[in-house]
Amino acid sequence: MRQLTAPLSEEDVLSLRAGEHVLLSGVVYTARDAAHLRMMDCIAQGQPLPIELEGQVIYYAGPTPTPEGKPVGSIGPTTSTRMDASTPTLLAHGLRGMIGKGQRSKEVMRAMQEHPAVYFAAVGGAAALMAACVTSCEVIAWDDLGPESVKRLTLRELPLVVAADAYGQDAFSLGQADYLRSVR
Amino acid sequence: MREISAAMITETVARLCVEANRDLPEDVACALRRAEAEEPFAPAKDLIRLLNKNEQIARTTQMPICQDTGMAIVYAEVGQDVHISGDFEAAIHAGVHRGYVDGLLRKSVVGDPLRRVNTGDNTPAIIHTRLVKGDQIHLTVAPKGFGSENMSRIRMLAPAQGVEGVKEFVLETVRLAGANPCPPMVLGVGIGGDFERVAELAKQALLMPLDQHNDDPYYAALEDELLELVNQTGIGPQGLGGRTTCLGLHIRAGATHIAGLPVAVNVGCHVTRHKTAVL
Repeated sequence: MRQLTAPLSEEDVLSLRAGEHVLLSGVVYTARDAAHLRMMDCIAQGQPLPIELEGQVIYYAGPTPTPEGKPVGSIGPTTSTRMDASTPTLLAHGLRGMIGKGQRSKEVMRAMQEHPAVYFAAVGGAAALMAACVTSCEVIAWDDLGPESVKRLTLRELPLVVAADAYGQDAFSLGQADYLRSVR
Repeated sequence: MREISAAMITETVARLCVEANRDLPEDVACALRRAEAEEPFAPAKDLIRLLNKNEQIARTTQMPICQDTGMAIVYAEVGQDVHISGDFEAAIHAGVHRGYVDGLLRKSVVGDPLRRVNTGDNTPAIIHTRLVKGDQIHLTVAPKGFGSENMSRIRMLAPAQGVEGVKEFVLETVRLAGANPCPPMVLGVGIGGDFERVAELAKQALLMPLDQHNDDPYYAALEDELLELVNQTGIGPQGLGGRTTCLGLHIRAGATHIAGLPVAVNVGCHVTRHKTAVL
């Protein structure tokens, strides 16, 4: 299986195609509903973001509390649709990858072509399995948001599917059509 | 008259919150293993294999199966010959507090829907109490994640729309849900009652064991038919295509008004959790 390391380069992103299975290592940042609202506030007010977005990957996730002796608690993806409204703005600010679950809006797909980016689907609900792929976790902003704070994660071979690529293709439509063709 | 202390209720609810989030019910685990064996589409089979691996890791490492450890839905069937010493509802909330804080479960509840400040201990629980015969209390904790809850729908159909209208509504709900509720999903369908009763029926249907059918042969046949239709949509595990879109579908029906045909679909995920204890 193809191995990738975050942060991602534009070449990485342009080489990925919807439906491909990959293993992602390297550094990514968690942010979900509340952190996205705050990032949008920062941008609107011209204040700096807690992370420099260029080339980075955001994981839509809020883990369970970290048990003693482990790097992180259970950490599966949340539904990406809820972040659709702010995603084009973040892509315009350099964001290059997202990890979540479920389909994205047309606006997000279009923005991913304009500012080459990739959207990965993690296995929704497989949160204990994903915790085993995280080697470190550190809160870097907005600790008051609890599970929704921004955390820096180091990953080791997190299994992902390229759910949408920088060419406007999505693995949901492709996969469902493939399956339906196979049973026709 | 049997005496049951509030402290006993708190202790039991705390234990059920933790156990429900770590151990998948056997019927769901069994349905997932069967799905892995029977799924004909190779990429879908690989994804179900990861779900089964996740279930094993959660059990052996004592980690929650899913990071969304849910809002705590508590069903209490209280025997009318029981006397509870102490504050019943406060005892349940205290149990949720203890379970989620001590059990390292995620705190996913905000105290107000618009001002949205996290309560920090996953309280309050949503409590459904029913008075029944006997001198026992049956407590069920069903943590509900909102990836799937958000995909649930309710509709007041006209009686003339009949069973075809119900089928259409269920399939439309599944298509709209798509990849979002972490398929393979579990579906609870409520039919009848009134506006809030039909939603309760749908949620209760999610608690029924996946290997059982409705007692009424008419609804048992409808459950089979709907499950087959849902599994023909092609949505598949994670919405990435395949046969296994739904692990199980239950219907609960109730009396309704001559002018109405309410229907509700409560969408659950492959981590449909619940745990019961008897006091």
